[in-house]
Amino acid sequence: MKAENNYELEKRKYVIGGAAVVIIVVYLLRLFSLQLLSEDFKRSADSNAFLKRIQYPARGAISDRNGKLLVFNQPAYDVMVVMKEQIGVDTLDLCESLDITRDWYERRMEEIKDRKRNPGYSSYTQQLFMSQLSTEEFSRFQEKLFRFPGFYIQKRSIRQYNYPNAAHLLGDVGEVGPEDIEADDYYRSGDYIGKLGVERSYESVLRGEKGMEILLRDARGRIKGRYQNGKYDIAPIPGRNLKMSIDIELQALGERLMKGKLGSIVAIEPSTGEVLCMVSSPTYDPRIMIGRQRGKNQKLLAQDPYKPLLNRAIMGQYPPGSTFKTSQALTFLQEGIITPSTAFPCSHGFHFKGLKVGCHGHGSPLPLVPAIATSCNGYFCWGLYHMFGNRKKYKTVQDAMTTWKDYMVSMGFGYKLGIDLPGEKRGMIPNAPFYDKAYRGNWSGLTVISISIGQGEVNLTPLQIANLGATIANRGYYITPHVIKEVQGIPLETQYTKKHYTRVGREHYETVVAGMRQAVLGGTCRLANNPSYEVCGKTGTAQNPHGQDHSVFMGFAPREDPKIAICVYVENGTWGATYGVPIGALMMEQYINGKLSEASEARANDFENKSLIQASSKGESN
Amino acid sequence: MVNAKGPKQKKKAPSLWRSIDWLTIFIYLVLLALGWMSVCGASYDYDMAGSILDFSTRSGMQIVWIASSLLLAFLILMIDDRLIESLSYIIYICFLGLLFATPFLAHDIKGSMSWIKIGSFSVQPAEFAKFGVALCLAKVMNTYGFDVKKWHDFIICIALILIPMGLIVMQKETGTALVYSALFLMLYREGMTGSLLFIVISAVVYFVVGVRYADEPFWGIEKMSLGEGLVMLLIQVFTIGLVHTFSNSSIKGKGISLPLWGGLTASVASVLFARYVYPCNAVWAIVFICVASALYLFYISLRDRFLPYCLIALFTLGSMGFFYSADFVLNKVMEPHQQTRIRVLLGLEDDPRGAGYNVIQAKIAIGSGGLEGKGFLNGTQTKLKYVPEQDTDFIFCTVGEEEGFIGCAIVLLLFLSLILRLLHLAERQPYTFGRVYGYCVLSIFLFHVFINVGMVLGLTPVIGIPLPFFSYGGSSLWGFTILLFIFLRIDAGRNRLQR
Repeated sequence: MKAENNYELEKRKYVIGGAAVVIIVVYLLRLFSLQLLSEDFKRSADSNAFLKRIQYPARGAISDRNGKLLVFNQPAYDVMVVMKEQIGVDTLDLCESLDITRDWYERRMEEIKDRKRNPGYSSYTQQLFMSQLSTEEFSRFQEKLFRFPGFYIQKRSIRQYNYPNAAHLLGDVGEVGPEDIEADDYYRSGDYIGKLGVERSYESVLRGEKGMEILLRDARGRIKGRYQNGKYDIAPIPGRNLKMSIDIELQALGERLMKGKLGSIVAIEPSTGEVLCMVSSPTYDPRIMIGRQRGKNQKLLAQDPYKPLLNRAIMGQYPPGSTFKTSQALTFLQEGIITPSTAFPCSHGFHFKGLKVGCHGHGSPLPLVPAIATSCNGYFCWGLYHMFGNRKKYKTVQDAMTTWKDYMVSMGFGYKLGIDLPGEKRGMIPNAPFYDKAYRGNWSGLTVISISIGQGEVNLTPLQIANLGATIANRGYYITPHVIKEVQGIPLETQYTKKHYTRVGREHYETVVAGMRQAVLGGTCRLANNPSYEVCGKTGTAQNPHGQDHSVFMGFAPREDPKIAICVYVENGTWGATYGVPIGALMMEQYINGKLSEASEARANDFENKSLIQASSKGESN
Repeated sequence: MVNAKGPKQKKKAPSLWRSIDWLTIFIYLVLLALGWMSVCGASYDYDMAGSILDFSTRSGMQIVWIASSLLLAFLILMIDDRLIESLSYIIYICFLGLLFATPFLAHDIKGSMSWIKIGSFSVQPAEFAKFGVALCLAKVMNTYGFDVKKWHDFIICIALILIPMGLIVMQKETGTALVYSALFLMLYREGMTGSLLFIVISAVVYFVVGVRYADEPFWGIEKMSLGEGLVMLLIQVFTIGLVHTFSNSSIKGKGISLPLWGGLTASVASVLFARYVYPCNAVWAIVFICVASALYLFYISLRDRFLPYCLIALFTLGSMGFFYSADFVLNKVMEPHQQTRIRVLLGLEDDPRGAGYNVIQAKIAIGSGGLEGKGFLNGTQTKLKYVPEQDTDFIFCTVGEEEGFIGCAIVLLLFLSLILRLLHLAERQPYTFGRVYGYCVLSIFLFHVFINVGMVLGLTPVIGIPLPFFSYGGSSLWGFTILLFIFLRIDAGRNRLQR
């Protein structure tokens, strides 16, 4: 009985063994579903453990055409804080050391802890407390750092400038805005991006490529080392250096001469289209736009009534005045409206059918070359009148207008030239539909006569005027102006090496060049004459309905194999000869001779001290 | 119990080294090696890379524990098993004294009063007491005429188990105390009525599953409660199991269970319908099938004049009644703080960082291991301390993350082999003493693996007990080694004792 009973009970080993088998099988099935059927856990594990820390590349440096360093990187220091470690810090001492107020400290601490504003907040990791301490501030703070547990210094790099010049060209960098992040997913909040100038237009080559460091983070957010000893890290690629076509000495002189005046100087090397200088006045020192003061200074500049942030060289749209007459002469010659020997009368202006365009006193009638030299209004009005009235050549005045406009566009007017700077304006060249709309189809050459002397609806940017000078210097073509000469390691874009020929033949350019030479020798530009090289020039006095006329000069030198073409535009500078010509002359001398003579230096000082801004504001209030 | 070989054993008893069970020792050594690797992975600190053999680290210390355990195992094999048997009561009483004294001698470690400091080491007497209790039970049950089915004897057994349990609960080590309940498996083998064990286990399963998964959707079906659905399916499975068990002893039983299988199939089909065709609460269909199954069994019972079917039908209905009344009592009758207490007891709310943090992180760590794992020392979750108690109670996460499904399967199958091997060894013991002790050992191992791996996988409540040979710590490793090797020593002496 006992044995039988034992035999019955022995079968229970199957129940117990079976239970063990069932448990293990169930667990294996569970493991199978956890480990092999779902990727979710893998992803959660990665986001748990891997901290992908971005490594910032060094931004490319910028130098001028002679290799002088203009912009470089400088270390700046961010103060970081770890909330869990900073308990018990003497806040009064801290505020004094960092030169901040108690209020600021408390507000900042609240901001850091606010997860809405600071989504990545962890009380165990470093949080940005204060950004971009200067080296002096940093060294002062570092001495006392041991007294502030939980506070750390993190190095980062900011832009620094060797010269106080060329702010509009160089531009600056600032934190990316939401629209930048949306436009390019390269950027993350807190990144820097070029805001203006070449910093913006060459952002993609200057910035380089960010690298990534994969760090291991523990459950409390502390960094515990590199994943696989950095095997999967990506090293940052430094940005490319830029060599600008700007001559910083010339730029500095230009800014000196334009001090106290509104306006612009643009100089171009005609054979390459390289911009030698681009002054926009008033300007500012680019060094005020770095570090913690950027926001404050940006605001001040934006509120300035003279708009120092505006790059007048490419954004200012002005009537070109008499400098425009050269383009008219070329058009009339090419269209066969005039020949170099055609003479038109001028009796203190253009008088016809009750219309009067005034002119100054000079001999009459005049052929083309002296007409350019003396800047005769009558000559070019007659020219346009004959062109727009020529019904043999053009069926309607609209056809004539369209032909005229095509010439203007071929010279680079009316559209953006395509310079490698942000914000370029296109200027204004009217076309037939424009006048049809304005005059309801009832208009003739006489109605629009002022466009022939660079007034009326015509507007050009100083860059376009300088480019006209370069086109004439080249006798018929231009290369799109650009401010960057070389990008380290990659060739310049073909758009900055291609020649754009105008619709006018080379021989006609020679005629206009002769006129411009004549202007320097015996006409309106006598002040531009320099015994060491042949200067060609054309003045302009652009009528300004709001105040004093604008003073304009366009020219190039030397006459053969020109090195520099220039446009000087001084708002409210009255006669072209008053400001435009002498400033242009000094600029050309500086560039061609590499320095100014003593006499020129004295003249430069003179101009530096002349101020037009009072006059201008008076003019505007009239 | 007759062993056919018995009469032939007239020669001198074979030597210890020939009669010892080398297979168990082999499994033991493999588990120790894998366990050490896991401790390395779990305690590896990036700040001190490359020093896993350093004695200042946990992986280095674990080597010390392993080496001392091997020495301990050797010493145990050197002791005469008859001496061990004769000392059983004394050992038990010593341990009771030690367990009683522990809370007074202990210093508080994370709220636990179970650690006694000796020099620079801390030991946990509760981990060692297991073998003392097992020896005592074995010795008591080996006495002539002892029968668990007798109330008097049964109560003695229960008392021998409950006294140390109570003492350990007083040390605030509820998890360790619960391990002793595994000894009921041994009592079952020794004759305790199976129905009692089964009903108690069923009730616990219904309650735990029902409460644990009450608010989760069943397989993505929004309207269906996972807990309720699972319990109803379990009731059907248990019913079928019982019918099979009891029909074995009756020739009339053949074919009876077929409609029940049909009911289970219909239940599964209704779940599939709710999942793939029209989302509805399929629980009602399953409940209906449960009731129908019970009515069917009543009918068969009356037809065949066979009482057990009637009892099974009562079990089916009683199970449903228990589940719904427990649900009702927990959710409607009890005060919120009482509910919380129950949930904490079930390990449902024992997470300091909210919403099942431990279990979620454990699942992430294991799930991220994939098929082959991330490789030795390459796990990120466990090393970066995302998993709490990762080198003790949650050590299995490290296996899952670094060795993957393959590693986990190997470890689980090794444990299964160990348990089944111990089952075999226990059954071949010539005397009750050896068999009872063997069953105690395997029950304890089974309970540890069941609870520890189950909680890491999110299947059982979180009860803080170690995984044998894996979890870091000298006390538990020594405890398991002593437990196992005393049995191996008893087993090695089986041939001599037979004469």
